[in-house]
Parts: sequence; C-alpha cells; structure tokens
Amino acid sequence: MKQLFFILAASFLFFSCKENTGKKQLPSNSIFHLATQWQDQRNQSYQLNALKGKTLVVVMIYTSCKATCPLLVADMKEIEKQIKPEYLSKTSLVLVTIDPKTDTPEHLAGFAKAGGMDAPHWVFLRSDEAATQEFANVLSMKYKKISPIDFSHSNIISVFNPDGELILQEEGTGINAEKIAGKVNETAKNS
Amino acid sequence: MKIQFIYIITFSVVIWCASCSREEAVPDVAAQGLQAAQLTSRVKMVQIPGGRYQPFYGTDTALVKVEPFLIDERPVTNGEFLEFVKAYPQWQRSQVKRLYADTNYLHNWVADTLLPAGIDADAAVTQLSWYAAKAYAAAVGKRLPMLDEWELVAMADEVVPNARQKKSYSDRIVDFYLVKNRQYNAVKQSPPNYWGVYNLFDLVWEWTDDFNSVLVTGDARSGDYSDNNLFCAGSATSATDVLNYAAFMRFSMRAGLKAHYTVGNLGFRCAKDIPGNGDIKNQ
Repeated sequence: MKQLFFILAASFLFFSCKENTGKKQLPSNSIFHLATQWQDQRNQSYQLNALKGKTLVVVMIYTSCKATCPLLVADMKEIEKQIKPEYLSKTSLVLVTIDPKTDTPEHLAGFAKAGGMDAPHWVFLRSDEAATQEFANVLSMKYKKISPIDFSHSNIISVFNPDGELILQEEGTGINAEKIAGKVNETAKNS
Repeated sequence: MKIQFIYIITFSVVIWCASCSREEAVPDVAAQGLQAAQLTSRVKMVQIPGGRYQPFYGTDTALVKVEPFLIDERPVTNGEFLEFVKAYPQWQRSQVKRLYADTNYLHNWVADTLLPAGIDADAAVTQLSWYAAKAYAAAVGKRLPMLDEWELVAMADEVVPNARQKKSYSDRIVDFYLVKNRQYNAVKQSPPNYWGVYNLFDLVWEWTDDFNSVLVTGDARSGDYSDNNLFCAGSATSATDVLNYAAFMRFSMRAGLKAHYTVGNLGFRCAKDIPGNGDIKNQ
C-alpha cells in the first residue's frame, strides 16, 4: 500500500515537472508578451510567442512597395547568406507587413515564392491594423499611410534573442548585413 | 523511513503545483488592456464636427478629412490614473513590463498606488508610456485621439475654430510651452477654446494614437531623448505653415518619441467615435 502511494506520488511529481518545463518566465522586455494574433504565409494562425526559441531578424515592409522595401528585402537575403548554415535552423527571418489589407497570406506566400524565400526560416506575418501599429511601436518604427497604395516608413532591421529581447537594431538603407548576421551567429552559438 | 520519503515527495508535489499555478496566474498585460471597459470615466466629452483641415506637416498639400468625433474636455488626471492602476495592477509601477514602459514610468509616485504629497490629484498624469495611455483609454471604453483629430481641435483659439492665421495664436502657445513645471497645475483652471476643450497647450504635451506616423528625416529619430533634449534640430522645410512654430514643436516632440518612453510633461486625454457614426462612414 505504501509502495503504491509512493509510485502514485512519484508519477504525479514526474507529470507536474514535465508540465512545468519550458515555462520559464519571460524577460520583462520580451516581445513574446504581445498577445496579438498573427497569420503567416503558410496560413497558420498564432501569437508571436510561437516564434520563441529562435533568434529573430525582423523587418516591416509591404509587398507592393516600389521604393525602399525591395532594398530591405535584399538586405534580409544578404543577412541570410551570411548566417552560418548550421544556425539557420535556429533562426527566423521575419517580414511583417504594414499593409495587412493587401498582404493576405496568399499574397505573402506568392511574394515569398517569387523572391526565393520559401525555406522554413522565412516567416511572413500579417495581423490587423491595431496589432500592426502596436508592433511597429515595439520596433520604434514610424509609418504613415500616404495614399491607398503607399506608405512612408522608416527602415529598421531588428534582432531579437530567443527570449524575445531586442539585442540589435540597424536603421536606414544600406544596412550592415555583416553586423546583423554576426549577431545572429553569436546568439545561435550561445543558445 | 519510507513514510518520511513519501511526505517529502508529497510536499514537493504541492510546491510544484503552487509554482505552476502562480505562473498561470501572471496576467497578460496586452490582453487585459483590450478587455471590455471596467472603469467609468467622469470626464465630459465634447463633440467636434470634423471637417477638412490642412495638416501642418508633409509635402502633401491635400486637405485631410476628419470624421466627427468626441474628445475629452481635459487631460486624464493623476487621481483618475490612480484608480486605473488599482483596477489593473499590471500597470502599477512595480508590475509593468519593460516592453510597455521605460524605467521612469510613474517614477515620482511614492508607491504603486500612492501619489506623492504635494502632487495634485487633479493635475494631469504624466510620466507614462503610449501603451499605458492606450490601456487606460480602453479600460474606460474610449481610445486615444488620432493625431489629425488632436491637431484639428488645436487649431482653435478661444474665439474661432481656426486661428492659425493669427500671429498671436502660435506665439501664445509657444509661451505656454516655455513655462517650467506647468504640468503640476490642476486641469480646467484656464479658459477653454472655441469648442469648450481645456488645457490643450498650457499643462502637458499629449500622446496621440498614431504619434508614430510623424516621419521626420535625419536626427529627429536617432539617438537618445530625455526630457531635456526632446526637441530635435531638424528643419521645418517640409512644413506647410512655417509661421506655426508651436505645431512644429509638437511634431518634433512626437518624432522623438518611442512608445515605451515616459516623459515628465507628457500626458494624454481620450477620444471616442460618435456612437452609430461608424454606419454612416461605411456607407
């Protein structure tokens, strides 16, 4: 009888441990506290904390942009090239649209495919306008809709560690891809 | 021996469970910020008929259309914000996530739910972030004013709805902006403007919902901004109304802000759509 109780208690402990693993408290400044809902180019729906555990390289763009967005996308591809292949699986390259009306998941999927960005580490996200605005503020990004099809916006690429803390931001066109990729490699190495 | 062992195991199971449930109980700030209104705001709201107006900034010379809306007649006060943090502990000074407010958030308060002696409960609340202002507005069933809405109301002086052509209009506001420690005065002690709206200029700067839509090139956005060097030395070349130096100061200030910043003379007021107006808009 005592043995039975022991087994029960032990297994109870085992299960409660298991339930508890991976539930480490997030840092106070983590972007994974954001409770907004997002959709990706694979038509999956989730909150940002689904991206937890990988180093994130994040940029906000819109796909119908003819001005600086193609440069930012090119920057992201250059960063991808300079991330060590073994660390790509520990990294997500995240492009968030500031034009959720036009950039539906289907549209984003087409954009990803056309740009050769269909590897699993590429993530294209869209949400509603309120969540998009909040996220832009988290990145300290300025943007304004200037016509039905155009936005003006600041060009910022941000790097977050696997806990969602901002560890690097590079602003302006002519982003230093080497510096960003270096940070990603360093973070992936230590995680 | 075995019995003792069982006790130990049982005890640790209890501890584990307790720690599990404590983590479960950590409320999500953003999620709660979006909950249905739980507080009531006693601030009188003023209806603004909307209209087309010339924005101060931007090379775009087209007039911007603003729909009719309601706006608080005065900024939100310390006393009101205190009620809010009591009802929403995640916005208390010691609880707020660093993602949503910098380390100076409500730093002059004595404790999480205690205003300092000598601070007027009826003075405008300051030293709070855009996220906090937005959460307050949601909690009272309102929202933050859009930048265009705020600026439309701010065109009025005490006599006319659009005083931008009067030289005295901007000069007077700039004089207000230069007064030190003006944020400690109680609200509604000065005359209202044409619409019946108080304290747009004489107490605090105010957050707007889309403050981050101000794009000024160059130094305005880079570097650190503290209370004292909030203004950039950018140029007013793309301003459509170069005489309006007061508006230029406001836009420079907004351009220097980030959503988690808290500033000693930056507060907010709330706005609201006119009930039922959404149907008209969508037609």
